[in-house]
Amino acid sequence: MLIFELSRPGRKNPSQAPASQPEADDIPAHLRRAGKPLLPEVSEMDAVRHYTRLSQKNFSIDTHFYPLGSCTMKYNPRGAHQMAMLPQFLARHPLAPETTGQGVLACLFELQEMLKDVTGMAGVSLTPMAGAQGEFAGVAMIRAYHAARDDTARTEMLVPDAAHGTNPASAVMCGYTIKEIPTDRDGNVDLAALRAAVGPQTAGLMLTNPSTLGVFEQNIQEMQKIVHEAGGLLYYDGANLNAILGRVKPGDMGFDVIHVNLHKTFSTPHGGGGPGSGPVGVSERLLPFLPVPIVAHDNGRYRLVTEKDLPQSIGHLSAFQGNTGILLRAYAYARMLGGEGMRRVADYATLNANYLMAELKKAGFDIAFPQRRASHEFIVTLKSLKEQTGVSAMDVAKRLLDKGFHAPTTYFPMLVPECLLIEPTETESKQTLDAFVAALKEVLDEAHANPELVKTAPHTMPVRRLDDVKAARELDLTWKAPAA
Amino acid sequence: MSIPNNLKYTKSHEWARQEADGTVTVGITHHAQELLGDMVYVENPAVGRQLKAGEECAVVESVKAASDVYAPLAGEVVAANAEVADAPEQINQDAYAAWMFKIKPANPADLAGLLDATAYQALVESEAH
Repeated sequence: MLIFELSRPGRKNPSQAPASQPEADDIPAHLRRAGKPLLPEVSEMDAVRHYTRLSQKNFSIDTHFYPLGSCTMKYNPRGAHQMAMLPQFLARHPLAPETTGQGVLACLFELQEMLKDVTGMAGVSLTPMAGAQGEFAGVAMIRAYHAARDDTARTEMLVPDAAHGTNPASAVMCGYTIKEIPTDRDGNVDLAALRAAVGPQTAGLMLTNPSTLGVFEQNIQEMQKIVHEAGGLLYYDGANLNAILGRVKPGDMGFDVIHVNLHKTFSTPHGGGGPGSGPVGVSERLLPFLPVPIVAHDNGRYRLVTEKDLPQSIGHLSAFQGNTGILLRAYAYARMLGGEGMRRVADYATLNANYLMAELKKAGFDIAFPQRRASHEFIVTLKSLKEQTGVSAMDVAKRLLDKGFHAPTTYFPMLVPECLLIEPTETESKQTLDAFVAALKEVLDEAHANPELVKTAPHTMPVRRLDDVKAARELDLTWKAPAA
Repeated sequence: MSIPNNLKYTKSHEWARQEADGTVTVGITHHAQELLGDMVYVENPAVGRQLKAGEECAVVESVKAASDVYAPLAGEVVAANAEVADAPEQINQDAYAAWMFKIKPANPADLAGLLDATAYQALVESEAH
């Protein structure tokens, strides 16, 4: 039900309407609308009930365990929201002079410093507005680096086949062609294939470590040697930084550039709940190319570094300084944790994943890489269940909703058939993990005893199985008013 | 598994068929559509485009994933199947009837270099582990 469908002509919400309307006659006549916009006419109570009801239909981290692999759906602490919403932060205009914004600039500067420290990078820019923009910025810096050395023959970006789809997309956006590197049976990048792929055409390698297969690249030192000796740079996709936070620094692994998803690792709101933020960090040789503005601290004052100071910068990625409200939440989160707390994040993210993996194995599930220790996430494959019962990973995911759990990531990575990618994060208790195992075990039993029940799930949600094929084939995103 | 003997195949799961008029018809295999699931979108190359062998030249998108389609051999695109672009589910219904585009090969002998049905069958089995 849309709020437009609740609309009744003449129903108003006068208590919050302005008493008088400004004339707006300084706007040229041809730019003013002729008729009134079509807005829903509802009472204040109708509006409150409508949106409250919608919020109750949500599956969210505030209501349910949300083990969506590769997304790091951890709790967003209220303290971080509270700090970021101090009236002095909210009222600050991005064009106000630096002299009146020393406080917010100090927070951003310290966040840069903390991200440098925890990633082992020489410089950080906070401006990218999302992970994908961070990736774009990172690859654009690799390109700028090679171009500055007149090394224009480097036209190819190497991307392992386990990578997030955004990696090849970002590289193509920067004008590179993609060469895909296969994965070996243990889930590592195939070293022989990497050796064969590098050459004078190699711009770099984009790597997620731990990978989307939920395992740490065991040959990372050898890999960085192969790529660097060929003259390429190493890009670290920070999607899975949660697994190693405070324990292993991408800089120490030899990476030249990294993006961090603050909405994952630094617990800012995620998905539909808030804008993303994808700061980039670089090694010494990429410092001149960082996107601006960056916050500098000299002579006891904070100031914004612009193209004037950094003429080789890849430039601006947004109108101002990135998603400042999100950056402040990440800053508050990092300050609440401290160095010791960040190490605990990685420890418990990993412990929770390995505990869950061991319990699910005991419960009869097939683990995709049973010979490997999980990082912060792991993969269950339901290939044999599908063969035995016809119940697919999607069916199991839908049935989990009935049991009060958000589904794990399904059908990604595509290397593993009928897969569930499960990431519990560090913020869940043993009791929650045990309840999740029990629910999955119930679904497994149901799949054998009564496959139809699972195939037709969900049964208790506000909507049943959606026809995603029809939705994609006949895309229709606009509500149309019925003829008056 | 459906792998007709009269077609040639690529490692990237395209099929190619020699036509009497010298052109080569291209589509994606039954196995490929099975992996991708319900097709929702097909983008074909423009007629007249010159393709290099192995070049990304078309896109198929399912509810699960978007996937590039590669030119099995070099040549010029001489036809694109508008019907399959309008109704991508045709690929799910019969992957070998739902052709995507036709190439006039730069070198007709290139077709012999592609995989035959036996070799493609072996490839599919090896990928399944």
